Amino acid sequence: MNGFGFRLSPSSAINLDKVDRSRFEELCSIEPDALRCMSCGSCSATCPAAQFSGMSIRKVLLNLQRGKEEEAFRLMSNCMLCGKCTMVCPRGINTRRIVLTISRIYEKEEKR
Amino acid sequence: MIYQGKQKIWSDYQKEIPDDHWYYVRSCIRQNFFPASEKMFLEICRNVLGKDFHENEHHTTCGGIAYHCDTIPQETAMTIVARQFALMTEAGYENYVASCITSFGNYTEILETWHEFPELEAKIREMLWKSCRKEFNKPKYLAHSSDLIYKYRNEIAEKAKFHLINKETGEPLRVVEHIGCHYSKMFPSKGVGGAEYPYVLTGMVEAWGGNVIDYPERRHCCGYGFRQYHVKANRGYSLSNTHKKFESMAPYKPDMIITNCPGCPYFLDRWQYVIAEMEGKTYGENGCGIPVLTYEEVAGLVLGYDPWDLGLQLHQVAVEPLLDKIGIEYDLEDKYKGIDKKDLLKPELPTSIKCF
Repeated sequence: MNGFGFRLSPSSAINLDKVDRSRFEELCSIEPDALRCMSCGSCSATCPAAQFSGMSIRKVLLNLQRGKEEEAFRLMSNCMLCGKCTMVCPRGINTRRIVLTISRIYEKEEKR
Repeated sequence: MIYQGKQKIWSDYQKEIPDDHWYYVRSCIRQNFFPASEKMFLEICRNVLGKDFHENEHHTTCGGIAYHCDTIPQETAMTIVARQFALMTEAGYENYVASCITSFGNYTEILETWHEFPELEAKIREMLWKSCRKEFNKPKYLAHSSDLIYKYRNEIAEKAKFHLINKETGEPLRVVEHIGCHYSKMFPSKGVGGAEYPYVLTGMVEAWGGNVIDYPERRHCCGYGFRQYHVKANRGYSLSNTHKKFESMAPYKPDMIITNCPGCPYFLDRWQYVIAEMEGKTYGENGCGIPVLTYEEVAGLVLGYDPWDLGLQLHQVAVEPLLDKIGIEYDLEDKYKGIDKKDLLKPELPTSIKCF
């Protein structure tokens, strides 16, 4: 029964104890730079795909860290590998290579 | 002794609470939701502990709900509050105790504002004189009524007939304490224990034998939040807040929730039924909810008052499992009977959450 005229919204809280972070840890072991991102947003600001798709490597990394992989893949599918984000990253992170590594790790997972 | 962590916070945030001679003001809504709570507060303070508490029938709302709903400006609320202080001054009291958390927050905010902006206080004095021909002194001490029960907690414990202990297992009851946001989140120094870990209810629970449980969303709002509830379009937000709290506390299997705010027990109690209807989920044992009580009701139970005289039949969530755990005897036949066994009629019981 729901004749109340309002609904219950699910909580957006993320319980990191229940998140499987094994693939993110694998990513970090191959690309330790993934942990150096300080979420400044320079990559999002310069991304040519961001304007029409919301792509942001910053958000991709955060989503993977929080176990929200589907959301990360949805964003990453818009990446054109142009490498502008790599050029502007103040920490010198090779974001383009991180995108490729993410694809490799998760593709491997799907094949299993 | 070196105080660390919560003990340090608690030792830093202690407030001076006079022992006696208080001017008591009631809440607008508590008597409708939990009708015996304020009566029990006065009963305990006056008759059990022998203190001097005065109340005045001319007292009105403090304007807090309208102020927080953005329907009146603060100056209006200030003039209303100035009138309450004038009534206290006329009665010859200097210590002011409010039953409502929002009133307490409102009074604190107004006194602090007057302290920072004395010209505003002068303006309000003038407005009060023009509207009511009254003058006032500011209270020497301002307290919330839970501060008083906190102060008297050990005296109550000495007279206790029951303790917050499971009589079957001998273990302390697992108690969730929930503090109203306006108690100390606005002015941490005005609450016992500060804003992060208020001690006011924890002190009571510990003195009466219970064990307070710590859970992730402990300091989260109950969901009332005035505009969240009063605007129907936002009501789902209120419900979702409460749901978040229950999801967070459920793994710790609390036996009861104790609160010190008018809105919190109401929403934590009633929303359990709504969540049960919408989601089919209950948070207590055997299809029941988690009983939610005000601190006066808990003090009344501890002192051995009849649960039905404390108005516990007006709770949505059944309190009987809690009474059974503590070992308090009750007669289900008398649950819906008033004074002189007058039949109050039995409400229709929901099927989604177990009630008696």
